[in-house]
Amino acid sequence: MGLLEVKKLSLTLGGKKILNDCTVDFWEGHVHAIVGPNGAGKSTLAYTIMGLSGYRGATGDIVYDGKSILGLGIDERARMGITLGWQEPARFEGLTIKNFIRAAAKDKTIASIKDALEKVALNPDEYLTRAVDKTLSGGERKRVELASLLAMRPRIVLLDEPDSGIDVEALEKIFEAIHLLKSYGATVILITHSIAVLKQAEHAFLMCRGEIFDKGSVDKISGYFENKCIPCERTAISSSPEGN
Amino acid sequence: MKAGQVTPKELYDTTELEYEALNNPDVAHIEVHHNTVVGAHLVPGLDVTANETENGVAIVFRVTENSVIEKPVHMCFGMLPEKGVQEIQMNVIIEKNARVSVLAHCTFPNAVEVLHTMDARITVGENADYAYFERHIHGKTGGVTVVPKAKVTLEKGARFKTEFELIRGRVGSIDIDYETTCKEWSVMEMNARISGTHNDAIQIRETGHLVGEGARGVLTSRIAVRDSARAEVHNKLTATAPFARGHVDCKEIVQDNGVATAIPIVEVRNPKAHITHEAAIGSVDTRQMETLMSRGLTEDDAVELIIQGLLS
Ligand SMILES: Nc1ncnc2c1ncn2[C@@H]1O[C@H](COP(=O)(O)OP(=O)(O)OP(=O)(O)O)[C@@H](O)[C@H]1O
Ligand SMILES: [Mg+2]
Repeated sequence: MGLLEVKKLSLTLGGKKILNDCTVDFWEGHVHAIVGPNGAGKSTLAYTIMGLSGYRGATGDIVYDGKSILGLGIDERARMGITLGWQEPARFEGLTIKNFIRAAAKDKTIASIKDALEKVALNPDEYLTRAVDKTLSGGERKRVELASLLAMRPRIVLLDEPDSGIDVEALEKIFEAIHLLKSYGATVILITHSIAVLKQAEHAFLMCRGEIFDKGSVDKISGYFENKCIPCERTAISSSPEGN
Repeated sequence: MKAGQVTPKELYDTTELEYEALNNPDVAHIEVHHNTVVGAHLVPGLDVTANETENGVAIVFRVTENSVIEKPVHMCFGMLPEKGVQEIQMNVIIEKNARVSVLAHCTFPNAVEVLHTMDARITVGENADYAYFERHIHGKTGGVTVVPKAKVTLEKGARFKTEFELIRGRVGSIDIDYETTCKEWSVMEMNARISGTHNDAIQIRETGHLVGEGARGVLTSRIAVRDSARAEVHNKLTATAPFARGHVDCKEIVQDNGVATAIPIVEVRNPKAHITHEAAIGSVDTRQMETLMSRGLTEDDAVELIIQGLLS
């Protein structure tokens, strides 16, 4: 049984069904990856699991540790150990990186905050007092986001495109951080378009048009990268009335 | 100092500054309680005369030509009693090529009915540099009315930066009116950060006239209003000379029954001048809130942290 079970989750936004009977299990302490084309609903699934305000009103269920969380607020879910690293993280005028990480951190000492920054290859002397604002580059902002998640010690962490905007050198650090999260006991869910990120996972899912089309080993799902969208096309054809 | 008067230490004890930090002979400082100069220490290059008036003091603050005052000058204006009026007149003259920065504390920790006015005339001479940071410490009752007014002239190549901060204690009622005229190649920055709660009333009028070629100016306001506090921000920036550059930037966060108004006026009368303005008024950004809540903060704690950042 998974620590987090998404059961026949459907969500309609702006008159369009974005999640469509989506069912998927995530296993405790394992690293999972979700891949799929732009607009497949990957971020929407993550936002719905987190309970963001624009993504309420889903049908089906989300069960965490045996209990339905669909009716809970974001902060309640977060205090149960669920968190999310945004595809494009928010920026905050005047809020220092130190205070941003401290707000999330389980251990709020300065040593632990510095440690989290070092783990994403940001020098604390240089970054602690800088603001989490528009003066940070996109990649720096992503790394600060990851540092705050490391400091939080979550039980489930959804990482939406953790590699976007990250340079080749820092990418290795991001991978290390993902494995560190796992070593802390976290269940990791990676959303990605990158085969290198996919390879960090133990299980993979292919998402298309709001549902999970395929799942299995990383090797199996990485075939998607070689034959773009073939599984989706095949299913679409076979599900049509004239299909073979 | 007169017997029985409030001591400078008693004034600074209401602020976060340690009075002992001023023991350094290189650090100039001036303390005024009600209408009495209760402490002062000057350094070479800095001339200060202070005349006590009925309800305050008239100060001439002069930094002489080419003098560079290395350490920030500390000023403290305060009223410790619950009631009273304090009127400060300041004539600030920063002579050619001089440089100074001033850190002023205005403290009214027990105010129930206190009126504090500041009337300043400021001239920053050619290529001189003046930075003035004013921090207010108010009590919990909101019984303070603060009326700071300044008329500022920046000569050629002068630099002037001012910050007004009122984020500790109740605002009460504040009515700021600063007007700066910027001659050629001078640079002006005026910044106000104020947090209002209960029925606080905030009025800010900041005006900049970029009259000289290449003059530059930025007006920034960061305001938070909660409960039923009100804020009205009038930012006006005009440019009449070629290559003048200006920017007006106003952010106001509104919570509960607070009301915030922003009235930016930008006026350009020279085709080679350029002014931009941005204003954002409203509740806390949802994405920022949700980010912090996804780390386990309650909604209230998230709002608090976002506002603290904005006002820092
Ligand atoms: N609030 C909304 N209202 C209407 N449509 C929405 C809303 N949010 C998302 N969508 C649509 O839902 C679909 C899925 O979006 P989502 O962001 O989940 O895709 P994604 O799989 O994360 O894509 P990408 O790889 O580009 O990040 C898209 O077609 C998007 O336009
Ligand atoms: Mg996405």
